[in-house]
Amino acid sequence: MPTLWKITLEILRQRQNQPPHVELFELEVDPDENVLDCIERVWAFHDRSLTFRHACHHSTCGACGMRVNGVEKLTCITPVREVTHPNGVLRVEPLRNFPVLSDLVVDVSGFFQRMEQTQLSSIAPLSQAKLPFEPNPPTIWQGQRLIDCIECGLCVSACPAANTSTSYFGPAVLAAAQHVYRQTNNPTVMQLVNCADGLWRCHSAYECSAVCPSNVDPAWRIMDMRRATVAHSLRNIFKRPNQKVAP
Amino acid sequence: MNQPSPRNILRWFDPRHRQPGTWAFILNRITALGLTLYLAMHLIVLGKLAQGPAAYDSFVALAHSPLVKIGEMLVIAAGILHGLNGLRVAITSLGFATRYQRQLLWASTILSGILILIFARAMFLGG
Repeated sequence: MPTLWKITLEILRQRQNQPPHVELFELEVDPDENVLDCIERVWAFHDRSLTFRHACHHSTCGACGMRVNGVEKLTCITPVREVTHPNGVLRVEPLRNFPVLSDLVVDVSGFFQRMEQTQLSSIAPLSQAKLPFEPNPPTIWQGQRLIDCIECGLCVSACPAANTSTSYFGPAVLAAAQHVYRQTNNPTVMQLVNCADGLWRCHSAYECSAVCPSNVDPAWRIMDMRRATVAHSLRNIFKRPNQKVAP
Repeated sequence: MNQPSPRNILRWFDPRHRQPGTWAFILNRITALGLTLYLAMHLIVLGKLAQGPAAYDSFVALAHSPLVKIGEMLVIAAGILHGLNGLRVAITSLGFATRYQRQLLWASTILSGILILIFARAMFLGG
């Protein structure tokens, strides 16, 4: 029988266009449970009107991203013992930088539309699905796998530039563009992100890579895409006018 | 409140729950604001040259006060911190050593600390 912890779950609740408020729930939890389990318990036994997104419960769908004690987390893989202590507080808030639809549910439709503009495929050959500085997979099996980005939006929530700019593409979209560009060399992808609201809005706080739960390393990908863009522009300067290519 | 807005600018200066990259981001903005303020004050003081020797001499006398010396030390510290962290940002932002940005941050902070101590010693102890 595991030792149970008494914790106070603080949930920031909000209905659309109404001011947010905090509701407290006293729970007894196994510290090895995940934060999402606690939220589900509140929904099941305390308040059926609580709204939150979740699906796979194993960090594949990216639906349950929230701010836990101020830090962006996938709540389905965040054990309670990692984020609080016995008799401690667990504050759960919706992701930042997205419109709140209800309680912990944010509107990610605009984010998904931007992701789609990059034409990122959700699968890639094994050698291209990883970060380039990671070791290559064994050559005995040459297949494809799902890429690392689960489109959870944690990076967008943590990014300070996304906090203040309504038109910034955000780290996930820029990382997706880099992924596509390095796979295809498609100049339209570079054209899409080579603008003030794209690559050049990033302020190098590296929060996106710190909170990414899925090994995407958006900050590295943004900087790599910048390097590719600068190199492309420099090459264009020294080309004859009839050899120049967009962007 | 939850959506992006230029009105959220004060959140840039909130280091709670964030990692060293954000602390450096905040420090760079504070030092930039300080240096900009100093530049404005510097131009005002230079304007005193046009008002003749008496006006300028009275300022030079003021410049020897401990408070102004501390202010000058803050300007030097801000310049060093901003400059070295700016180099780190410039290097990593173009895809070089990006994976080592955190180590570069510690290196630039330690180097800044040493340079600030050297300048402080020279200013306050005359050595």
